[in-house]
Amino acid sequence: MTSHFLTRSLDRSATIFLAIVAAVGVLLPLFNLLLPDTSMLHVPTYLMTLFGKYVCYAVLALSIDLIWGYCGILSLGHGAFFALGGYAMGMYLMRQIGTRGVYADPVLPDFMVFLNWKSLPWYWQGFDMFWFAALMVVLVPGLLAFCFGWLAFRSRVTGVYLSIITQAMTYALLLGFFRNDFGFGGNNGLTDFKDILGFNVQAEGTRAALFALSCLALAISFLICRAVVGSKLGKVLIAIRDAESRTRFLGYRVESYKLFVFTLSACIAGVAGALYVPQVGIINPGEFAPGNSIEAVIWVAVGGRGTLIGAALGAIVVNYAKTVFTSGVLAPYWLFMLGALFVLVTLLLPKGIIGTWNAWWESRKATGISEDADSAAFEDGAVKPHMAE
Amino acid sequence: MSGNPLAYPIISALKDGRLYADDDSKKVFIKGTDGKVVDASNGQAVATLPDSASAVRLNNRLRRTIDAALGSLTLLSPDASVRIQAAQSVFKSHEESSLAPLDAALKNETNDTARKALTGARAAVVLFKADASEADKLDAIATIRARGDQEALALLSGLPGDAPPAVARAATAAMASIKGNLALWSTVQNAWYGLSLGSVLLLAAIGLAITFGVMGVINMAHGEMVMVGAYTTFVVQETIRTSYPAAFDYSLLIAVPLAFVVAGAIGVLIERTIIRFLYGRPLETLLATWGLSLILQQAVRTIFGPNNREVGNPSWMSGAFDLGHITITYNRLWILCFALAVFIILLAMLRFTRLGLEMRAVTQNRRMAASMGIATSRVDALTFGLGSGIAGIAGVALSQIDNVSPNLGQSYIIDSFMVVVFGGVGNLWGTLVGAFTLGIANKFLEPAAGAVLGKIAILVLIILFIQKRPRGLFALKGRAVDA
Amino acid sequence: MNGLDTRKTSAMLYLDGVHVSFDGFHAINNLSMTIAPGEMRAIIGPNGAGKTTMMDIITGKTKPDSGDVLFDGITDLTRLDETQIAELGIGRKFQKPTVFESQTVEDNLLLALNVDHRVRTTLFWQDSRADAERIDQVLETIRLTGARRRLAGSLSHGQKQWLEIGMLLAQDPKLLLVDEPVAGMTDVETHQTAELLKTINRDKTVVVVEHDMTFVRELGVRVTCLHEGSVLAEGTIDQVSANERVIEVYLGR
Repeated sequence: MTSHFLTRSLDRSATIFLAIVAAVGVLLPLFNLLLPDTSMLHVPTYLMTLFGKYVCYAVLALSIDLIWGYCGILSLGHGAFFALGGYAMGMYLMRQIGTRGVYADPVLPDFMVFLNWKSLPWYWQGFDMFWFAALMVVLVPGLLAFCFGWLAFRSRVTGVYLSIITQAMTYALLLGFFRNDFGFGGNNGLTDFKDILGFNVQAEGTRAALFALSCLALAISFLICRAVVGSKLGKVLIAIRDAESRTRFLGYRVESYKLFVFTLSACIAGVAGALYVPQVGIINPGEFAPGNSIEAVIWVAVGGRGTLIGAALGAIVVNYAKTVFTSGVLAPYWLFMLGALFVLVTLLLPKGIIGTWNAWWESRKATGISEDADSAAFEDGAVKPHMAE
Repeated sequence: MSGNPLAYPIISALKDGRLYADDDSKKVFIKGTDGKVVDASNGQAVATLPDSASAVRLNNRLRRTIDAALGSLTLLSPDASVRIQAAQSVFKSHEESSLAPLDAALKNETNDTARKALTGARAAVVLFKADASEADKLDAIATIRARGDQEALALLSGLPGDAPPAVARAATAAMASIKGNLALWSTVQNAWYGLSLGSVLLLAAIGLAITFGVMGVINMAHGEMVMVGAYTTFVVQETIRTSYPAAFDYSLLIAVPLAFVVAGAIGVLIERTIIRFLYGRPLETLLATWGLSLILQQAVRTIFGPNNREVGNPSWMSGAFDLGHITITYNRLWILCFALAVFIILLAMLRFTRLGLEMRAVTQNRRMAASMGIATSRVDALTFGLGSGIAGIAGVALSQIDNVSPNLGQSYIIDSFMVVVFGGVGNLWGTLVGAFTLGIANKFLEPAAGAVLGKIAILVLIILFIQKRPRGLFALKGRAVDA
Repeated sequence: MNGLDTRKTSAMLYLDGVHVSFDGFHAINNLSMTIAPGEMRAIIGPNGAGKTTMMDIITGKTKPDSGDVLFDGITDLTRLDETQIAELGIGRKFQKPTVFESQTVEDNLLLALNVDHRVRTTLFWQDSRADAERIDQVLETIRLTGARRRLAGSLSHGQKQWLEIGMLLAQDPKLLLVDEPVAGMTDVETHQTAELLKTINRDKTVVVVEHDMTFVRELGVRVTCLHEGSVLAEGTIDQVSANERVIEVYLGR
């Protein structure tokens, strides 16, 4: 039954997407490790790590698409869940440093010694064990999302109000994590990692494994999201997105549905953050900046919300462009381009790349088969955000 | 003590190591803090210090004597502010040796403030003078109690334990009274800071409240309109500085209407080219305006550079005055008045003008207003222009107390949203109450929790508040809201 | 939902002394009305008479300031929210047809089916024969069998109205509240809708709000005229339309 539940939502495009992710996840690390530097196909480690970062962003984008594309919840604070997952992983990595830190304290991370702390705060306990940290990666963002969502959805905070409140949430966390006495390294965050599960985080093999794991995480998150949106629950989510009040009058407890999908989405974002941190080697409060969260939303918009594949694609495309443009002579113009992207996508390409492609494909198919007059309107509702009543 | 005007410069130069003796000519020179040299015997300027001159060295005993001498001398300084300063330092040191110069100074004192300071200083000396009579000491305590500030408290708590019981009792009573007084003043001070912050929030949020209230549009580029206003002020001041320096005091009077026009025009442009295509899609509007904010920030960064630009206070906005035990700066006071004035003008505009009437109609029921013949798209454009224009003049005010940098808008946007969410939509009074409530709450939480935790606490409180009133303090009710 | 409560009235729907005001405007003013089980009732009244607000109160969207609203004689509706009221068996069709436009006709009905609506059951929901049959049956009734795979948003206005009535049927409620079902329909469609509602009324209680007098006349049921939030007149359509005060209100004399 579970296999049916997972597989029934796999259509052709989803299968192709998964195949590509699997191929990249396996081949890139192999090309990196096995081929000599001189080979044409050799993938340099820095490039693999860079793409590993994009894949983590793609997972974050999936989590945003799940709630925004299918349930109409625009979170401007999803970067917070990503960062919390990242901090949980960062705390594990800090504990692994042990006596190799500057102050060589076997238990306390350097910044605590520096601040004259005598013992480990209670919330750092247990993070020396990987399984515990891995659990917290999912649990902490999930719990925050659950509490936040419970408060917000129960009192029917919706639309832009909800967006603003989520932004305030990540802003509050940003301010908090900047403080030294919060116990997360303040301004500098957590860095100088050495080992993960006994492997050197800098080593090529570890990097390759992390890349492959990120691809695996992308595939699994994609499967979970597909399963959710392909189920009857997915139809309820779309119903809530299009006509929330109507859904209520049909007897659905809308707040429970929102809470479920919001929490699930936060957990996925947490995993993305956890895989991101060992690859970039640092996590600091900057990840909580409201701007980051909004930027993640635009990845989804570019790729096409409510398509999942589009969200992942958008994250990779926009971030690749960012890397290209911010490293060259065009660097001063990147913000102009990013700003224009926000404006142009919302104005001219509201369905995003994949959404527009789908609509074009469907309409071509429809006109090819029959002269059905309604076909033009066929996909019209697919990304329709709201319907007032 | 001598009344020689050179006495003070000489002794203070001796203290600072700026006094030079020349063994060859048997002359003494003072090197001023500005590097100019004068002959200490007659005060005449000397071109250069002779090479043979060397600085007069001091040992610790000498230094103490000099300090006391300096204190006494400055008590007699012709400059009232120097006398007050000296009296304050005597109040703290309560050296017995200062009693005679104090009495001398009091005899001739004509300035009220200086007299008060000298009296206080004398009381401090008397209180600590071993052989003063009990009655004198009690008088002294009364004087110090009347002074009622932190220093008075410190002085009284430093009273030796062997003081006569009557004096000790009086001192304890005086300390309790001062503590109560100080607590009261600190409340007043927090309230003032809160009002000041509230006025800033009001200025930043009021334009947002209008666009959100009338059009249901969240303008994420609102903060950048504030920034545009601040940079307009900078440009106006630069032009005045280079061309008409005398008119500097009027720079803000020019900047306010100009900032309104510039920001308002940008607002109308944005509405006509982008926002009007996004009506009914509030979340997309939010994203598009965020993109605009990035573009505007980067544009300003390209034109004016990434660093802070210097915007000056006109003379009538600089300085401060004391009110009881708190200091009120003129710029903060002016901004409070300005914010309230903007609020009142806006309120009057909404109430008494044709555009105001149309805006209120559209706020309450867009469809009905449209069918009554109101050109809603024109109202939208003007509303957006108005909201942006007000953000622009807020920028003029904020340029007076904050750094003018491309990030100026960013630092206000979340706070202004909180004000709007808290105050509720569709009613300007909500924005007023919201701004001042948040401002004051922030400043009262700050001493207890620290600035950052106070801010976090406010954000958490707003999130909890939304539970009770999901649409803010002053929300519209009824069916129209859901339409 | 207190089952221990003794049945206070035999009425399916019982409103007594209901008041509601928005910022000083009295939308509903001492409204009292009873609907018997199995009855069909038409509600008429000029704009702003409080018809839709009354629906909002019954379905839990608006809480009354005072007054009793009882369902099935025992359940106090004022204490429940929309979801609970829907689960009790009160279905509502909105004034403006509100269907899930980006989903197929079939999915709209699937969503409306009267089944367990909790998150977990919905997530692991399996399509069943019983569901499919029920959906087929409703599609037949609302004459949309041919359009089952079309997106609801692509339907004509009249078809949307019917789909929404179909969703009510799938919901299988005890009481249907139908707000302006024939707005924007052709004469033929209006006639068909009247027939459909009569069929539904065979085993369900129905409250219809409508402006269209021909339609109300065709239903041939008891009529209540609302004005300024309270009942102005009640009786057969002929009695109500002959009522002096009703004429005054409608003609604005």
